[in-house]
Amino acid sequence: MLQDTFPLALDIAGLCKRFDRPAVEGLNLRVKSGEFYMLVGPNGAGKTTTLKMVSGLLKPDKGAISVFGIDALADPIAAKQITGWLSDEPMIYDKLTPMEYLEFVSGLWSVDAHTAERRSRDLLHWLGLDDNANERCEKFSRGMRQKVALAGALVHEPRLIILDEPLTGLDAGSARLVKNVLAEKVQGGSSVVMSTHILEIAERMADRIGVIANGHLIAEGTLDELRDRTGIAGASLEDMFLSIVARSRAAA
Amino acid sequence: MSAARSFTWFAEHESRLAWRDMLSMMTAGRRDRERRVAIGVAIFLVFMHGVAFLVLRRYLNEGIRPDLSTLVAITTGILLSGSAMLSQAMESVTRTFYARSDLEFILSAPVRADKLFAVRIGAMALTAALMSMLLIGPFIDVLVWRNGLRWLGAYGVLIAVSLATTALAVVLTFTLFQLIGAKRTRLAAQIVAAIIGGLFVIGLQLAAMFSAGSYSRLAFLQSRYVMARAPGLSSIMWWPARAVLGDGYCLFFVAGAGVALFVAITALYAPRFANYAIAASGSWHSAGRKRQSVGLFKIESAAATLRHKERLLILRDPWLISQSLMQLLYLVPPALLLSRSFESRSGAPVILVPVLIMAAGQLAGGLAWLTISGEDAPDLVNSAPVSASRILRAKIEAVLQCIAVIFCPFTMVLALISPAQALIAIVGVTCASASSAAIQLWFRSQAARSQFRRRHTSSRIATLAEAFVSITWAAVGAVAASGSWLALAVAALAILILLAVRSVSPGKA
Repeated sequence: MLQDTFPLALDIAGLCKRFDRPAVEGLNLRVKSGEFYMLVGPNGAGKTTTLKMVSGLLKPDKGAISVFGIDALADPIAAKQITGWLSDEPMIYDKLTPMEYLEFVSGLWSVDAHTAERRSRDLLHWLGLDDNANERCEKFSRGMRQKVALAGALVHEPRLIILDEPLTGLDAGSARLVKNVLAEKVQGGSSVVMSTHILEIAERMADRIGVIANGHLIAEGTLDELRDRTGIAGASLEDMFLSIVARSRAAA
Repeated sequence: MSAARSFTWFAEHESRLAWRDMLSMMTAGRRDRERRVAIGVAIFLVFMHGVAFLVLRRYLNEGIRPDLSTLVAITTGILLSGSAMLSQAMESVTRTFYARSDLEFILSAPVRADKLFAVRIGAMALTAALMSMLLIGPFIDVLVWRNGLRWLGAYGVLIAVSLATTALAVVLTFTLFQLIGAKRTRLAAQIVAAIIGGLFVIGLQLAAMFSAGSYSRLAFLQSRYVMARAPGLSSIMWWPARAVLGDGYCLFFVAGAGVALFVAITALYAPRFANYAIAASGSWHSAGRKRQSVGLFKIESAAATLRHKERLLILRDPWLISQSLMQLLYLVPPALLLSRSFESRSGAPVILVPVLIMAAGQLAGGLAWLTISGEDAPDLVNSAPVSASRILRAKIEAVLQCIAVIFCPFTMVLALISPAQALIAIVGVTCASASSAAIQLWFRSQAARSQFRRRHTSSRIATLAEAFVSITWAAVGAVAASGSWLALAVAALAILILLAVRSVSPGKA
């Protein structure tokens, strides 16, 4: 059981971001250290925008973001040093091999060469990419590219791992591998904030689940807490999710 | 679907795609720009006709006779445009092999793919002809207007040459495939295309330098040296030129030969296209080089890591290498001129300095786009604990390092002949490269690296500014190398242009 005395891995307060219309409105979110937090919500709910703001890829219009006590808006470099980011669209370099890619990422995060190489080999081994470690990524399938990108997000051993729909396009075997790696990272003390639309995964892996709609966090808690809140005994996350979102829409 | 029906269906499909592709390239995907683009094209055509008139006026006044010097000049023009068309067609054939966009889908359909490839080969010939017409057409139009309809035969020759060069490009690329395999052909074909594109003009330049002792290609073509060695007036070699001059018999022969060659090669090679495209696709899955030893990571600072990555990606980009090679090929004549000056100790010619500066500016512009705008993993780089300014600085440093590596040998040899001119060249190369990089920085917009070919469409102001500033810095170099203090005034103009460009850049506007 997570202790409240642990430092917060992520503390978001009053976060706002507007594009043509408000994408995130006054969002408050707290993720404890060593917690696996899942963010679920319908398309266009504001999940990616929120995660991008946490990773320093978007500037919020208003609000505060703190990563392990570091003000991510005032000192983004320090916050980025302990954060890893992975998007649903694997952004890697076609002309680099996975090892070269991980060497590059390690350089950006100033990991020493010996450690970086050892971790890279371990990660590629865990992700089943041993045989492809020295082939250029241009030959890779989408799943392989996503695994290389995940290795890049983990090679500097971030304390906070932000993942935006990381399992999109992965086959069952690859998805299992990724989930195992993430579970291992959480056991090792890292915190994970992950958005997903695959509710079974959220149900099985998350310590806590946050439901976001129209830029607001409309429900949050463990699976049991969410069941209590919806009042549907023995309900699956899918049932609860649909019920919460429907109520939120009705209230709006 | 019948064979004939599938042929016309593919032709319609491909024309629609080509038209929309071209329109999107011209308008950068914005429909509201179509009218402006149409006006721009019209202005360009009027301008080109004006240029053609000014260039041809003297010859029209003197009267154009079908003598040896006219035949030599026209034949040279045909060979020049032919080498450019051949280069472009080879590029297109290679792209068709390796493009994965719709090929796999079409190959999986129950239609005969050879029809599609025949249409695509035809489209390549048509594109080559249209591109050449854009530049040569105004000259032909002026000749028709001032010298009679017989000059319309030039259009026939242009189309025949485009058909013949496309056929030749198909044969060359297929031969490369057979000789060196699918994996290596991609890079090799692009390099061969670049060499072909520059070979004729460079060869002509070299011949002018070494036989007539002149840097002027036109003077060389009209020299006694060439006239004495050219075949007689009745030679078959002059038939294309005679066709341009309106000789109906020659036009019939040249056009017929072009069409026959194209039809024969298309019939022979279109059915093989699918197999080669599949082979090209398979080459992606072959095993890569293994690097299993340990202790290979060399990590310094974040900036050094970024610079290393940019250099690696530049070196592994076959299209960029071929394009850069083409630009560098044009440095061969001045380099030889440099070596001749060195041997004779006669002092380096003034022309070297601006050529080096211009080449550096253009090369730096392309490289700067690739490193700054063509970042394939922007989220990764932006989520790293490195400040945005440090990232940009490292990228620009990588570009300037590449420029330094390429241009250092030239300036070092130049320094042995004339230290002052070498210094001017170094300052000019630095200014031109830095200016081009700065323009790319001001007009940066995130794009995939694969969009390099279309980088000009994202900002035409940036493209024009880059060329204009490079030319101005080259002018500064030329004036300074000739020993005039006026160079300072031209340098001030270059800086003013840069400031003006900065003021209209998206960040400032």
